[in-house]
Amino acid sequence: MAQQNEIRYLAPPTVEVKKKKYCRFKKSGIKYIDYKDADFLKKFVNEQGKILPRRLTGTSSKYQKKVAQAVKRARHLALLPYVCDLLK
Amino acid sequence: MLNQYETVFILNPVLSEDQIKEAVDKYRNLLTEKGAEIVFENSWGMKKFSYPIKKKNSGYYYLIEFKAEGTVIADLELAYKRDEEVLRFLSFRLDKYAIAYNEKKRAPKTEQKVMEPQA
Repeated sequence: MAQQNEIRYLAPPTVEVKKKKYCRFKKSGIKYIDYKDADFLKKFVNEQGKILPRRLTGTSSKYQKKVAQAVKRARHLALLPYVCDLLK
Repeated sequence: MLNQYETVFILNPVLSEDQIKEAVDKYRNLLTEKGAEIVFENSWGMKKFSYPIKKKNSGYYYLIEFKAEGTVIADLELAYKRDEEVLRFLSFRLDKYAIAYNEKKRAPKTEQKVMEPQA
């Protein structure tokens, strides 16, 4: 570990530049989010089965509501679990 | 005003084949009696649940897409509630984007008329 500190960087390590987030629905022009195909919805749900917040996915408010509504409908039909571990 | 609806219901997995067919016919006839025009039907067959419903871990999913008056839904859901074979149901009014999505999803396949449920 000591050896680590002696490394002097030639250039200061660049902090990870913040990637500009965009709403994937607006970009790809998806207008309707189907509650029936669970594997598409799995992209918006984390490991515990919870819906990912907008700040992480970057989706706009209009489509986040549609995603949330679709996920809740999929959960009602037992296509998606309410809670689980290691969903992916 | 005719809206387009889509209803999915889950049947008890312990039912035998013809009981399933009979239940499906019951709902289809109920819809056609009420003057609904069935656009598309699809059976997803036996699917595993992601969480147990009524102590069961799998069920027979069936989807019916139809055009109907608004009042038909109340009768349909009443019938669902009465029937204890139906574990769970969901009916959903399609807006124009949803209708376009379903059309697009069905278009590449050969344009068959109402698909007969696999008995």
